[in-house]
Amino acid sequence: MSDTVSATATTRDPAVPGRPPFRLGPAISGVWRPRFLVVALIGAVLALLALAADVGRGDYPISIVDVLRVLAGGGTDAQRFIVIDLRLPRALTGVLVGAALGLSGAITASIARNALATPDILGITQGASAAAVAVILLGGSGGVIGTVGTQLGLPLAALAGGVATATLIYLLAYRRGIDGYRLVLVGIGVNAVLASVVSYLLVKARVEDAARAQVWMTGSLNGRGWEHVRPVAVALAILVPISLILVFVLGALQYSDDTVRGLGIRLNAARTGLLLCAVALAAVATACAGPIGFVAFVAPQAAIRVTGGSRPPLLASATFGAALVVASDVVARTMLGDLELPVGIVTSAVGAPFLLYLLAVNTRKVRL
Amino acid sequence: MTVTHDRPNASASARPSASGSSARPRRRRPLIVLGLTGVVLLCIVLSIAIGAKPIPIGDVWAGLVSPENSENDVIIRSLRVPRTVLGLLVGAALGIAGALMQGHTRNPLADPGLLGVEAGAAFAVVLAIYSFGVTDTLGFVWFAFAGALVASLVVFALGSLGQGAATPVTLALAGAAVSALLGSFTSALILMDRQTLDVFRFWQVGALTGRPTRVIWEVLPFLIVGLLLALYNAPALNLLSLGEDVARSLGQSVFTTRAIGIASITLLTGAAVAAAGPIGFVGLVVPHVARIFTGPDYRWLLPCSALLGGSLVLLTDTIGRVVVRPGEMQVGIIMALVGAPFFIWLVRRRRLAAL
Repeated sequence: MSDTVSATATTRDPAVPGRPPFRLGPAISGVWRPRFLVVALIGAVLALLALAADVGRGDYPISIVDVLRVLAGGGTDAQRFIVIDLRLPRALTGVLVGAALGLSGAITASIARNALATPDILGITQGASAAAVAVILLGGSGGVIGTVGTQLGLPLAALAGGVATATLIYLLAYRRGIDGYRLVLVGIGVNAVLASVVSYLLVKARVEDAARAQVWMTGSLNGRGWEHVRPVAVALAILVPISLILVFVLGALQYSDDTVRGLGIRLNAARTGLLLCAVALAAVATACAGPIGFVAFVAPQAAIRVTGGSRPPLLASATFGAALVVASDVVARTMLGDLELPVGIVTSAVGAPFLLYLLAVNTRKVRL
Repeated sequence: MTVTHDRPNASASARPSASGSSARPRRRRPLIVLGLTGVVLLCIVLSIAIGAKPIPIGDVWAGLVSPENSENDVIIRSLRVPRTVLGLLVGAALGIAGALMQGHTRNPLADPGLLGVEAGAAFAVVLAIYSFGVTDTLGFVWFAFAGALVASLVVFALGSLGQGAATPVTLALAGAAVSALLGSFTSALILMDRQTLDVFRFWQVGALTGRPTRVIWEVLPFLIVGLLLALYNAPALNLLSLGEDVARSLGQSVFTTRAIGIASITLLTGAAVAAAGPIGFVGLVVPHVARIFTGPDYRWLLPCSALLGGSLVLLTDTIGRVVVRPGEMQVGIIMALVGAPFFIWLVRRRRLAAL
């Protein structure tokens, strides 16, 4: 880091007039942008309300006010049991998974300088699913993948699949540097191969296993308990702080590679670290709830439109993702009466038209 | 098969210049069609001879010409020949549909699978299985047409909306989005009904096995109409590739040309998907290879794409019978394993030339 340049910029001649600068150690410096925090908070409030609504729904309806009261520590014993032991873990899984996907999408889109380069469009979540489906379907019946996978468990298998796919896509898209669109198109190609691998596994499986895998593959929060909350919570607890520290180089990454190097930033190290964070977040979320479509794309895009600015804000993307997933879960559970749809169907129904709209309005605007 | 071997040529002749094809391929064209027909015949023989039970070439001939109800003859006539004919038809249809889509969208990445047209047909078929209890292909066909039509209209609309022409990237992404959306609707339907899942998962991968022989007769009329429309479309498409304004000034109705093109794509893709399930990448790979031989003239490109498409599907299907013995790998899966690298290679080329 070149301290002199940024120090003079921030102390004597503020780079952004009217915005108080701050500095933490050698790597972290910036200006306060209250709007970013406010928007992130609004997202968090929305996520909380959606969570309360999601928890309230069910055979034994509880009003949002009562749910909030239970969450605050009050409520009757019966309400406490239903909320805390039965319904909260599911909704909380949704919050965490949504936050992880939103954050992951914001990071990958910023790195690729392309709004479309999100883990699900690139096929990283598809890679995680392929590995997870292989474990689900081959777990009992043996085979190398099945045996190794059962030993590792679903989350680690998905993580391995996600990282392997991301590496493959990066290498295939590399041609004297990474071009955002080439990355996306290579991702689509890799996606197709992985999808057909999954189809093949489905054909080979017994129909019961296939049905189980199919539910999981659509992205579902059904039957998620505290044991599902924990891994995502741990992953977020580790990866969010790392991402938030590394994000201070993201501001520079939107310039051309040469400019970034000129600013004294170790481009490849920063990029690799951030990419690993993003892939890990997406893979853990996928392992937990299946590939919930388009959240990683929609949440950052919505956040960037609300906050303004030139790249997706990380915190707001995370809270928006959480709100989107849980709100979609509410819709998925209420839309068809008694029948519960997987949440991924609702998020895809929201996200895909949004993507088509963006493409139709102006192809250039989709660039970051 | 020369799927990926003639790379230098591919990049050169896949970029049709305004001056048209060079004289060399023009003079050789009849020979090329003859050669491709030979390739098709070879693929047919391989497809009949290779399988769970290998059949000597001599018996193949005997089984076709003078059957004696021996075990081999029964296998040939009741299993291998229908499967081969189906593969030939589906491959030809998808090859032509791909060439038409690449021409109309001027997009080297266009393919009925990648642009979501197959996903549209597939969703409609699942809807037919689930809501209306349709189980026979003749029922599938109409739903598949409707789905393919809607999806191709969406893709074409996206191509003409917005400021400036749609780039290859825009269309590929629009296709990916449409596929993802329809895919999630499809899985919603499947989840509600295990029986639908059991029918669907075999159909979804794209395979030539397990389809009754009458499927061929049921989709044949639609394929023939689609083929004739495509051939009728070819001269107009040649004009259109000079640019819409030029075509218009030469007295060509752009709207009519596009409408016929969409009708043909819909018929060919819908029928192919109804018969064999969604098989991706045939329409992507085949026209690029065919262009090496024919140049950009669609009057030659379309027939050659049909011949190459048929050979590619037959060859892929035959490979699928051999690689995971004693089981089989469905043709749709092998096609993705062959097609996706080709797609990535196209994407990695220095200039993603628009057609």
